[in-house]
Amino acid sequence: MNKQDTTYLDQLEAEAIFILREVAGQFEKPALLFSGGKDSITLVRLAEKAFRPGKFPFPLVHIDTGHNFPETISFRDDMIARIGEKLIIGHVQDSIDQGKVIEQTGKNASRNALQTVTLLDTIAEGKFDACIGGARRDEEKARAKERIFSVRDEFGQWDPKRQRPELWNIYNGKIHKGENVRVFPISNWTELDVWNYIRRENIALPSIYFAHERDVITRNGQLMAAADCLNMDSDDQIERRNVRFRTVGDMTCTAAVESDADQIDYIIEEIKMSKISERGARMDDKVSEAAMEDRKKGGYF
Amino acid sequence: MIKCLRPQWKTAKKGDIFNMDLLKFFTAGSVDDGKSTLIGRLLYDSESILADQLEALQQSNRKNDDGTIDLAILTDGLKAEREQGITIDVAYKYFQTDKRKFIIADTPGHIQYTRNMVTGASNSDLAIILVDARNGVVEQTVRHSFIVSLLELKHVVVCINKMDMVDFSEDTFNKIHKTYSEIALKLQLKQVTYIPVSALKGDNIVNRSQNMSWYTGKSLLDHLETIEVNEDIKSAQARMPVQWVIRPQTDELHDYRGYAGRVLSGSFRLNDQITVLPSGIRSEISKIETNMQELDEVHSGTSVTLHLKDNIDIGRGDILVNSTHEPIVSQSIEADLCWMDTKPLDTSILYLLQHNSKVTKCKIRDILHKVNINTLEKIETDTFQLNDIGRIVIRTAEPLAFDLYQENKLNGGAILIDPRTNLTVGALMFRASEE
Repeated sequence: MNKQDTTYLDQLEAEAIFILREVAGQFEKPALLFSGGKDSITLVRLAEKAFRPGKFPFPLVHIDTGHNFPETISFRDDMIARIGEKLIIGHVQDSIDQGKVIEQTGKNASRNALQTVTLLDTIAEGKFDACIGGARRDEEKARAKERIFSVRDEFGQWDPKRQRPELWNIYNGKIHKGENVRVFPISNWTELDVWNYIRRENIALPSIYFAHERDVITRNGQLMAAADCLNMDSDDQIERRNVRFRTVGDMTCTAAVESDADQIDYIIEEIKMSKISERGARMDDKVSEAAMEDRKKGGYF
Repeated sequence: MIKCLRPQWKTAKKGDIFNMDLLKFFTAGSVDDGKSTLIGRLLYDSESILADQLEALQQSNRKNDDGTIDLAILTDGLKAEREQGITIDVAYKYFQTDKRKFIIADTPGHIQYTRNMVTGASNSDLAIILVDARNGVVEQTVRHSFIVSLLELKHVVVCINKMDMVDFSEDTFNKIHKTYSEIALKLQLKQVTYIPVSALKGDNIVNRSQNMSWYTGKSLLDHLETIEVNEDIKSAQARMPVQWVIRPQTDELHDYRGYAGRVLSGSFRLNDQITVLPSGIRSEISKIETNMQELDEVHSGTSVTLHLKDNIDIGRGDILVNSTHEPIVSQSIEADLCWMDTKPLDTSILYLLQHNSKVTKCKIRDILHKVNINTLEKIETDTFQLNDIGRIVIRTAEPLAFDLYQENKLNGGAILIDPRTNLTVGALMFRASEE
């Protein structure tokens, strides 16, 4: 008997491919928001399954804060060369140079909040009516209620009170001019699902996901990669530790965990045993209990 | 330091993960019934809460009267909800055990959130209906059960909750069981399971209760882990709406033309005769591709690319079906409607109807009745307000190829969109004419 559609990873994969094809069918100018993290890399694999041997009906869009891990950027460029699809890069540095945002100063300065402006500008310039993202509902409480097709107003804002009901597998992508839709094909996946899928599909990832020796400093109780953009001073003690990163964000806000999981099988075991959820290692959510909800309303991914 | 325990890794585990399937269920009940507590308890007792979430939970100042953690906080997402202490939307929660992966659609139970419940039910295989053991079957139990029958959920679990408040009385359980059986009969709910629980104390949620030795059935989780679902959609007739046409138009793939979509129901095999609807043109399947591999056969739920022997003009909005069992093709359709917008239904305007990949204009030709969802009485009406449910007749601008909802949910459901606001304003379930 053919068991191809009986396992949950196949069910999740089939749903994600279905959603990507709905985007292609319903929108004029979609784009795939590519962060260089494992979730958006998984989206790229799903898009290959949805549209090959044809081309993707959308470009990839990367918002580069200028503070990315160098490993992420080189991974991105290698991947684009391999898949032969179009990449559009929005630079936070450009938004700073144009005076649209002001760079934070001090030890905890981060460009994480600034990238929302660059993202919205890039969407406006490209006239994108749908942006595919790799967010998952298990990441955070506010995300648990977000739709798979999530409409943003002309200011990029999410209004949790005006969400459209999503019935069966029918997604309503109708929008007014100026609005756009964020689409989350892997909404129903958990962190562990993504890792199991990456293992099953043998998907390559940036090396920082795997345990490696690295210079780190301790900031607010978390291990951060030692880098110029962290505005280090003599109080910051640089140590050499065996670490890996559970998410790939800006260097200023992505904390490392100590680990010796240098292969995917060990990472999966580690996640099963570990008692810190993924976003727990993202300092940007720590500000307040409602942090994610506030940022989403402002147009964050 | 998080130590990775290499000796504990066994390759045998790989197999377990890949043989697990998915169960989607929704919970109907109000805050007072302890619905959020029940979900919190399922997550907590199945060890699906991570340490930092637990820490946030413990730091929160919401506690039960006896000082234990209020597990309901786990499912209350939005700020406004935290302030009001109620759930106002559909929140999706995930957990998995060794046997299954679960997606919970947590929906509010108050009458003003009927539309959210309809949404949650449309995305579920099974419904959990909560009844407060102290109050027994009440008006909202009937309402929730009506929605379950309207959305044709085949599996229902009635959790009689707060058994700790009635001294774990078998007699109370039996009385509620009997009353509910009559409702189930009236609503034609066939597979109903009754479980006495205490979500607050954990009785019969994950572990069998020590306090109710008279109950010999399964715990809730055990039941959820073992019940068979989705049989009806697998055995339904083969349907695949076309979402997208793959045409690389490169030199080496000059003639490649693949119809991309997800098999809604049934199975397609190589050389099957198929009909393209609504045009009615027939052809045969010449190639089945999924995940860039060729297959002889493909089943419901799979995203696939089909190729046909003949070169036919097919695009998004068309549906490929098994020629031996074609669906209904019509422009005049009777349907149950759940109205989901604050603006009432306007029979003078054209709405958009979205049925799988097809979008067409439509007009509401006739309103047959609406239903008082607390008493199940049919009432005459000339409009639908938010949360109203009833029977209408629609006329579509283009013919629709559909099945009756009770025979094939995925090809028998559609949404209405208000072209002025682009909002999803109605859920439609196609029915056979009552006349």
